[in-house]
Amino acid sequence: MYDAGKVIVGLVIFLALLTFPTWYNVATGKATYVPELEKAVKGDQCVADTEYMRAEHMDLLNEWRDKVVRDGERIHTAPDGTKYNMSLTMTCLDCHSNKANFCDKCHDYLSVDPYCYDCHIIPEVTK
Amino acid sequence: MKAMTSLMAVILLILLVMLGAGAANLKYFFGVIFPYAAIVLFLVGIVLRVLKWAGSPVPFRIPTTGGQQNSLPWIKQNKLDNPHNLIGVLGRMALEIFLFRSLFRNTKTELKNGPRLAYGSSKWLWLGGLAFHYSFLVIFIRHFKYFAEPVPFFIPIMQNLDGLLQIGLPLLYMTDIIILLSVSYLFFRRVVSPQLRYFSLAADYFPLLLILTISISGILMRYFYKVDIVAVKKLGTGLLSFNPILPEGIGLLFYVHLFMVSVLIAYFPFSKLVHMAGVFMSPTRNLANNNRMRRHINPWNPDVKVHTYEEYEDEFRDVMKDAGMPLDKE
Repeated sequence: MYDAGKVIVGLVIFLALLTFPTWYNVATGKATYVPELEKAVKGDQCVADTEYMRAEHMDLLNEWRDKVVRDGERIHTAPDGTKYNMSLTMTCLDCHSNKANFCDKCHDYLSVDPYCYDCHIIPEVTK
Repeated sequence: MKAMTSLMAVILLILLVMLGAGAANLKYFFGVIFPYAAIVLFLVGIVLRVLKWAGSPVPFRIPTTGGQQNSLPWIKQNKLDNPHNLIGVLGRMALEIFLFRSLFRNTKTELKNGPRLAYGSSKWLWLGGLAFHYSFLVIFIRHFKYFAEPVPFFIPIMQNLDGLLQIGLPLLYMTDIIILLSVSYLFFRRVVSPQLRYFSLAADYFPLLLILTISISGILMRYFYKVDIVAVKKLGTGLLSFNPILPEGIGLLFYVHLFMVSVLIAYFPFSKLVHMAGVFMSPTRNLANNNRMRRHINPWNPDVKVHTYEEYEDEFRDVMKDAGMPLDKE
């Protein structure tokens, strides 16, 4: 092999960079961490089913924002006919009262930085 | 025709994973076993490929790269194109790796107004290539968030820059658009031009279509048919921590994405894609032209058996002395 020193240093750097997640997880010891969400403090039903909310909640919130802010429309009717106030603070956070233990769990886990709270005030958690 | 072969190959692969992970429910194979096999093939394949290259002798530094070599003091050297020292070589390598300088010098030859041959600068390939490689790199690094917990500090910074335009929700990443445009350009470039189509092989179209499939499936998952990404990250961190868990209920689209990525990286060391490692090993880029300063001995020179004059004289001293010939040693 020619220029063995340089080639091996190059290969080591290449392997170290590509295996970054592996040794990073070993270093942080959080490889098996899975976010667990706090149960809603009240209410037994969300505005839509869990599967839909898990994947598409941002679209629903976006739609609500547009309807409330642009059209002044404030009532959301769920498929089963229940009516909800279209409000993040008043409706969503009323049941899921602890943002840190609910919203932030998955958002931090997946590095999602929603701009909801650029405007919305995070309600204080009452004990 | 060759483009069609590649397209068929990609379609077959998509069908294979849809039937395999979907209909036949071999999710463990497509979610865990195949990705592992692909990662091993990729890492081992690249390392072996590089070691094989490193085994080729480099008898002489290539002096005929573009630009004037280091010569007499009154002849101006082109220090970046024909360097004679380490700093120059580092500069040339950096320009090649980060800015694709060789592609920047791409020219186009055309027959104009009858039999008049015209040469012109052609920067589209360079621009398309640069846009593609950088958006791929950004997307690749962004994906570390699915494998590393907690999310490393550089990922939110990259995401914020990439989603700077704040279009739509989830925020539109600029690189998603750029990679679609650039890969499509790189593909259609080969299809549209008769000359390029003539010398394009199936192996030229296949990786482009594969990357296009990966990008489209990723974009669909992010913006249109969302999958359970918490489960995706469980799988991702599990895989790279050698503790694979296969969570339930990740959409089929994710398996298409994962399988195509696995195919891409398994295919990587055996195809033109290995230029990722090759660019570091190209002798016209990484060897300083110091032939005039340092002696390079050809490593494959055979061991020549020499018979020096001293040995000759020792052998025939008596005969030479008798014949009255002059001797170095009496």
